[in-house]
Amino acid sequence: MSGTFVGMPAFPTAAREALADTQQRRNLAHATRTIRDKRAAVVAEVEDWEGLRLAGAAVKEAALRDLATHLETLEESLTRAGAIVHWARDAEEACAIVAQVARDHGVDEVVKVKSMATGEIGLNEALEAEGIAAWETDLAELIVQLGDDLPSHILVPAIHRNRAEIREIFRRRMGDVGRPAPEALTDDPGVLAGAAREHLREKFLRAKVAVSGANFAVADTGTLVVVESEGNGRMCLTLPEVLVSVVGIEKVVATWSDLDAMLRLLPRSSTGERMNPYTSTWSGVTPGDGPQEVHVVLLDNGRTRALADDVGRQALRCIRCSACLNVCPVYERVGGHAYGSVYPGPIGAILNPLLHGVSDEQTASLPYASSLCGACFEVCPVRIDIPSVLVDQRAAVVDSHRGDRVPRSGSHWQEAVAMKAAAWTFSDSRRLRWAERASGLAGRVIGRFSRTTLPGGRAAAGRLPGPAAGWTGARDLPAPPPESFREWWDRTDGGRS
Amino acid sequence: MSARDDILRRVREALDGVSPAVEIPAAPRAPDRGDLVALFVERVEDYRAIVTRCAADELEQVVRDALGEARAVVPPGLGVEVAGATVDDGLTATELDAIDAVVTRAAVGIAETGTIVLDHRPDQGRRAISLVPDLHVCIVDASQVVADVPDAIAVLDPARPLTWISGPSATSDIELDRVEGVHGPRTLHVVLVG
Amino acid sequence: MRVALQITCVNDAMFPDTGKAVVRLLRRLGVDVDFPGAQTCCGQPMVNTGYLDEAVPVVRAFVDAFAGYDAIVTPSGSCAGSARHQHSIVAERSGDPALVAAVAETAPRTYELTEFLVDVLGVTDVGAYFPHRVTYHPTCHSLRMLGVGDRPRRLLEAVRGIELVELPNATECCGFGGTFALKNADTSIAMGADKARHVRDTGAEVLVAGDNSCLMHIGGMLSRQRAGVRVMHLAEILAATEGAA
Ligand code: SF4
Repeated sequence: MSGTFVGMPAFPTAAREALADTQQRRNLAHATRTIRDKRAAVVAEVEDWEGLRLAGAAVKEAALRDLATHLETLEESLTRAGAIVHWARDAEEACAIVAQVARDHGVDEVVKVKSMATGEIGLNEALEAEGIAAWETDLAELIVQLGDDLPSHILVPAIHRNRAEIREIFRRRMGDVGRPAPEALTDDPGVLAGAAREHLREKFLRAKVAVSGANFAVADTGTLVVVESEGNGRMCLTLPEVLVSVVGIEKVVATWSDLDAMLRLLPRSSTGERMNPYTSTWSGVTPGDGPQEVHVVLLDNGRTRALADDVGRQALRCIRCSACLNVCPVYERVGGHAYGSVYPGPIGAILNPLLHGVSDEQTASLPYASSLCGACFEVCPVRIDIPSVLVDQRAAVVDSHRGDRVPRSGSHWQEAVAMKAAAWTFSDSRRLRWAERASGLAGRVIGRFSRTTLPGGRAAAGRLPGPAAGWTGARDLPAPPPESFREWWDRTDGGRS
Repeated sequence: MSARDDILRRVREALDGVSPAVEIPAAPRAPDRGDLVALFVERVEDYRAIVTRCAADELEQVVRDALGEARAVVPPGLGVEVAGATVDDGLTATELDAIDAVVTRAAVGIAETGTIVLDHRPDQGRRAISLVPDLHVCIVDASQVVADVPDAIAVLDPARPLTWISGPSATSDIELDRVEGVHGPRTLHVVLVG
Repeated sequence: MRVALQITCVNDAMFPDTGKAVVRLLRRLGVDVDFPGAQTCCGQPMVNTGYLDEAVPVVRAFVDAFAGYDAIVTPSGSCAGSARHQHSIVAERSGDPALVAAVAETAPRTYELTEFLVDVLGVTDVGAYFPHRVTYHPTCHSLRMLGVGDRPRRLLEAVRGIELVELPNATECCGFGGTFALKNADTSIAMGADKARHVRDTGAEVLVAGDNSCLMHIGGMLSRQRAGVRVMHLAEILAATEGAA
């Protein structure tokens, strides 16, 4: 797995299946509404939120535009602080480095703090193949792991599950991998969280090696930052002897004071809190306190590909707050699995193609998984203009087909022909006039034979066959008027005669 | 070519012709909200943490009351007498797990967000001791309270490990319903002196 | 001031009454609006589907048709957004400096109808009369791409006889999204169904918006559901007067 779930169908097909799952739709609608309201309340509390967004966007943009310098600085400061720095070109290299550290310490298990980067590189599966168990310790990740499920949200990977389903998963599976769930397990969230606490505590206490990601990496001080809520992060970052952090190279900010804007933007955008319960920062090794062997794996895995894209580069500013998912009307209805990646929602729809290219059908379908309503851009704390990047990635998809001599799929071909025909028609108003006459004729035919009338009296087409079926399956289509505006203008001299 | 050199080369190539100059506007500051300490108390309480304000000479008694029957661990440099407490001398995680409570001081309190920050000097102790026990009694001096995040960033030393704490451990992973108390201390009791 | 109407391809072919309403309304306000016959489409259908090369001649037709006008007024937030935010991208792609320059001329002079009324003409009371129960859906591109803000509301509030009712979840997308409505028809319909339900919940007789494309989608669903709610473009309500209504 390198970012996208293997064997996922393209978005429209996956979405259709997801839409049919009414339980999941109810869970998602409830959860996204809750978090949207919380975010809106704490954002409204900040006097100059827009100023903060501008600062946050600039901090990340500046770091990206001089990334090589900052990475070298980061490596230096980390090394000075006693950390061991590794570099990984891709998922495979990164997984191999982590596995090697585990092997060096002779362990057959590691504890993990939730991290998007390790999900992206498929670390758990890679470690499992080496006989090393990776225990997820974030509650939602634990739910996903125990349920043999896939994550569907950046912040709350089990957002698609409700409390009753979670109780069932805990009851059924906890005993297989450690301390079983208590007999009296109810579906009260407090009780479920308590069960996770008991289940994981023995793992924290005995773990020798922990794996984390990082929300930020400060170049000039060699400081890594993990932002969390439950305390599982603190457990992993503090108790084991060895800590390996897998950090995407885009997580770099230049200076310690750059964290100011980020630490104010992230919790409000993410969990809708003024500040998340726990933020841990550490710079290498602190003698006598916490892990005494600290590794940092700097990961590319497609990031330099995205960095080279002048429009798409801004996607690397993302701080994985998931606000764009929570406001997205498409995400709210279809959920995260349909995107086929650990990065779902609007950010996933641009990040996956930017990281991996659009050569496979599934990734190529993602930039179209949006109505371009712009709600994501409006909430993004680092002002990523997701709609513009989506449109640009659509162009990348179309351009990737331009040289095709054999159509890769029928629908691409049809669309390309239709678009070329439309462009031809719209390039010259005389051609458009002819097209409108033809549609006016069609309108007269519909007007004569249709039994559907819109409120207000206009004739409409009901269910139509062929290419119009996509529209008319659930929507009536007004019949084209007999006379276009342009014909009316000419006939009446703009209504003057 | 090493992975390191390869990645740095790719980064340079990706940014070829891209100007590194980006103007970073100063992040806006929160407006003056008057009494910082009062705001700090209000915001800490918003997280369903317990806050007790007291004078310096009441501190020992307040800590005693906060602990009740709980068996506590304290860092070596706490500077407050806690009767019966174990002074941390490198206790193992399992030993800490058998202890109910911890008493520490803090480095900074942030009023705007109701956050306390520990920089784990001897009056706060190693990170593990304020993590494993279920009750954290944290003593903050009123003079340590700053207005907002940038003020905290300015006084904190990034070379030290830092733990920013805003209320007790919590999760919203089940239906985005907030529940206090997962792996970190389930009860946070802030004692504000002065 | 020379003012041109950009009717938009959808209105031209499908909703001529909206264009007639804009002409009536602007004349009533003393603006002698012109209709340059060489115009076709803003190019958005191609751009938003990823066909940038194909959009080049369409954008060229746009700038040629509207060269020399002081203001280009369009009854579509989406098309105004396309002209203002996307034409420059297409022009850059063409590599033709003349097109880049021409776009820099037309783009900032393109106004969505309510922007033109409120900002350029400085009116909010356009003397309209419309004695019906109406609910307003702010379309995404007007709201977020252009930032028309409360201009449509202020115009509607000044209409005599109107009973304006709040649409629940008003700012949420209706699910139209251009080719999204076809490429991801199931999701589009799921979004439209929720929008239609909110519209029905208001008990309004008329749903009004500033974009006929979105109205065609929501109206198509309402019609299929036999909801009895009529959809109307904002221009048609603003053009309505006592006696004529
Ligand atoms: S794109 Fe923006 S809103 Fe979405 S997760 Fe990233 S930072 Fe958050």
